[in-house]
Amino acid sequence: MSNATIISKTAVELSRSLSEKELSSQEVAQAYLEQIDRVDPQVHAFLHRDDDDFLAQANASDKRRAEGNTLGPLDGIPVAIKDVISVQGQPLTAASKILENYISPYDATVIRKLKDAGAVIGGRLNLDEFAMGSSTENSAYGPTRNPWDFDRVPGGSSGGSSAAVASREAPLTLGSDTGGSIRQPASLCGVVGVKPTYGMVSRYGLAAFASSLDQIGPFSQTVEDAALLLETISGHDPLDSTSFPTEVPQYSAALRDPLTPCTLGLPKEFFGEGIDDEVRKAIDETIEFYKSLGHKIVEISLPTTDLAVPVYYVIATAEASSNLARYDGIRYTSRSEQSENAINVYAKSRGEGFGEEVKRRCILGAYGLSSGYYDAYYLKAQKTRTLIREDFSRVFKEVDVILTPTAPTPAFKFGEKSNDPISMYLSDIFTISTNLAGLPALSVPCGFTNSGLPIGMQLIGQAFEESSLLSIAHAYDREHRFGCQSPNI
Amino acid sequence: MKFEAVIGLEVHVQLDTKSKMFTRVPCGFGKPPNSLTDAVVLGLPGALPVMNREAIDKSIKVGLLLGCKIAPVCKWDRKNYFYPDMPKNYQITQFDQPICEGGEVEIELPGDSPAVMGEHRMVKLTRIHLEEDVGKLTHYENDSLVDYNRAGSPLLEIVSEPDMYSPEETFSFLTSLRNSLIYAGISSCDMEKGQLRCDANISVRPVGTKTLGTKVELKNLNTISGVKNGVEYEIKRQIKAIEEKEEIVQETRRWNPDQRYTTPMRSKEMAHDYRYFPDPDLMPVKIDQAWIDGIAKQVPEKPFDKQRRYMSELNLPYSITSALCPDFSLCQYFELVVSLTKDPKKVGNWVVNDLLRELSNANSETNPIAVEESPVTPQHLAELVDLIDKGVISNNVAKELFPEMFSSGKSASELVQEQGLEVKSDQGEIESICVRAIENDPDAAQKFRDGKEGAINALKGFVMKETRGQANPKVVDTMLRDLLSN
Repeated sequence: MSNATIISKTAVELSRSLSEKELSSQEVAQAYLEQIDRVDPQVHAFLHRDDDDFLAQANASDKRRAEGNTLGPLDGIPVAIKDVISVQGQPLTAASKILENYISPYDATVIRKLKDAGAVIGGRLNLDEFAMGSSTENSAYGPTRNPWDFDRVPGGSSGGSSAAVASREAPLTLGSDTGGSIRQPASLCGVVGVKPTYGMVSRYGLAAFASSLDQIGPFSQTVEDAALLLETISGHDPLDSTSFPTEVPQYSAALRDPLTPCTLGLPKEFFGEGIDDEVRKAIDETIEFYKSLGHKIVEISLPTTDLAVPVYYVIATAEASSNLARYDGIRYTSRSEQSENAINVYAKSRGEGFGEEVKRRCILGAYGLSSGYYDAYYLKAQKTRTLIREDFSRVFKEVDVILTPTAPTPAFKFGEKSNDPISMYLSDIFTISTNLAGLPALSVPCGFTNSGLPIGMQLIGQAFEESSLLSIAHAYDREHRFGCQSPNI
Repeated sequence: MKFEAVIGLEVHVQLDTKSKMFTRVPCGFGKPPNSLTDAVVLGLPGALPVMNREAIDKSIKVGLLLGCKIAPVCKWDRKNYFYPDMPKNYQITQFDQPICEGGEVEIELPGDSPAVMGEHRMVKLTRIHLEEDVGKLTHYENDSLVDYNRAGSPLLEIVSEPDMYSPEETFSFLTSLRNSLIYAGISSCDMEKGQLRCDANISVRPVGTKTLGTKVELKNLNTISGVKNGVEYEIKRQIKAIEEKEEIVQETRRWNPDQRYTTPMRSKEMAHDYRYFPDPDLMPVKIDQAWIDGIAKQVPEKPFDKQRRYMSELNLPYSITSALCPDFSLCQYFELVVSLTKDPKKVGNWVVNDLLRELSNANSETNPIAVEESPVTPQHLAELVDLIDKGVISNNVAKELFPEMFSSGKSASELVQEQGLEVKSDQGEIESICVRAIENDPDAAQKFRDGKEGAINALKGFVMKETRGQANPKVVDTMLRDLLSN
């Protein structure tokens, strides 16, 4: 089998080939390494690779298979990791200079689960520094390019994770989503990305941006693949107090069940001004498709929608200002050479180690928590967050899922928004409210613009209803498989 | 003008739990630097806290012991400030919803003499909250080193109302609080190991006025007597300042125990803005009545309640109870001996006088000895008391025997047998010694015969001396009277 054929396969297809002994995990790993060698100098999805370790894991998988001890469908399948998730013995930079020399001494819970499932843990993927951004332009190690158009951003913050799948540098990747950081880059790169319900996937080992919003989730070519990866990493973790004690349904098995007719809601606030015409058209076509399957489409209202971005930027930055305080130049983070006293160790190490956006958010967040401003900003934002949550609860009495565009526009050009934070923040306008409400949501590719840029639709589900969310998404995806189309690179 | 001081204390107590507040790493003291750490303690990227239930149990227990209201929900906040002893640069603590509110600590003021009970009074508590401890910095000429072994240990902060009015009251408060906490098995409260630390808020005002003066927070009070001395100094300093028309500024001052004075640390203007907010990594935990009821069963009798019971039920004098009751282990020892014998008062005397003396003689800094480790076991002491009761040995012999029992670890009966110390009641042997006594002191014998009753004591003394105190005094008395009447 040619390397081009290997890397074009979905994870489910690779798994089948492995179990039918058409392929070895070693061959799979080699094929991806070759593709990374070939395209990553331009794409720049990877911040770090450990090829020896990668091949050794693949080797171990082949050995298990030969001995009849295969650990499951993911055994031998590569999964590359956003560089905010701890893998023992590997660097974790969060795309920041301040963590330049840090090596994680432990595995995140999701990594432990993947290793237990036999997955081959791949390299470290680029992102906006500390997951703060929507374009990967905020990486201290240079941006990732969109594989569909190298002049454009891959989205962010998990731009490395989406670009790696789109450019076939990995069949599966993990990202993290705080306000859209999985779904928006998935949409801009034409792949599937899932943000699970808050509490569904353990955050233990994920360098925190905003603890009450962060969730780890999968990227893949298909919904089927995403279901497989999601069911592997989900589940209650005693090491994460915010993880929810619930049984994990077998999502990929549930996809095979026939889908009963359901109701999809279109929030009118999401279909107003500012949506690109081609995006609009693609979404209209998906709506028609769902209608043709016999599902009901209704218009709904989420009146708090325009509050989501401001609320998010108060809460997320407040939590970030505290979460990032540990990066101080004292222990494992880089210390400024100029630090002649304790205050300077902090000020200079953080001043030199953090990028502009990270500093902007830390200052913003600290301000919102400071005495005299707490009630007006943080407390008010928390109250408004409750209203946003209630908005969704009310709507979900009528509908099974909510359908929206994932992002208002296709991938934008480098530099187009990087000097205008507000316009950059607004590129997450459709994704942010689900994080505030803790709901599961995913982005599925639903077509291309005339110039060949991918478009994504977002489906938002009820809390812990990933199963039905994935099934509804799969009903569209298995007929279209836009994520299986490769860019010509 | 006469002034009075108003004092409130903030007491930090390290809870005696198996593991740290938010991770499985054990708590400990005296281990190699940074050996009691993990990703959570060090605040590595991605590490998350998980609440230690034992710490909540113990906090509820303290709350019940001190009569506090237990919060229906245990909620956590972050206190943000940069300091190298704090790995995350925020401390997980409880800001607006402490686990316990209200409550009080009973204190006893010094009596007119050590044998007289002093006045008792309740000092009100504001709140008790739980938080994580920080690490320990050691400064050198050009460098500072930090040890995170203590970081993340569960720490209880007990805040009193400004409800104490003299250094003696603060001393009594701390002593009483410490005794109660040790009673309940909350903490060993060893101030030298930093298990109990104390800050004091002190202000003075003219006697008769109600408004509080400007308060000064006093830190570095590392011993109970340090608290007393520091508070005493600070009160005098403030009164002197007011008398000299100086303004008291709201500030934090440090007590320098060696030079015995306080110096400014930071002013109110330099106070931190801690940017408290609810910790998003920790879900609030509901404390229901069943949980509280379960803990209530483990709350022990309080030291002063025990003391009152010993006085009323066991008829012990105040002087014995005041030596026994502050020490939970000593009370346990005492009660065990009492359960094996009949006379609480006699046992009390043995424990308070002889046992405590031997323990304190044997104690050294390098090798402290606890009551539980006493070589004279409760069984040994019970047997000793029995031997006296049964007349096998005299009280005097027993008194001499006790140190030997302590140093050898042997029981009284073993030593009595080895050394032949039983009381001699053998008529023949005692008679021959009595005869010698009369021959030795014919004057005394004659005086007795002439009706001088007291003269017999000289003869008895001779007999006791000859028998090294082992002769049964009753037998000697009868024998001498018999011999002298013939």
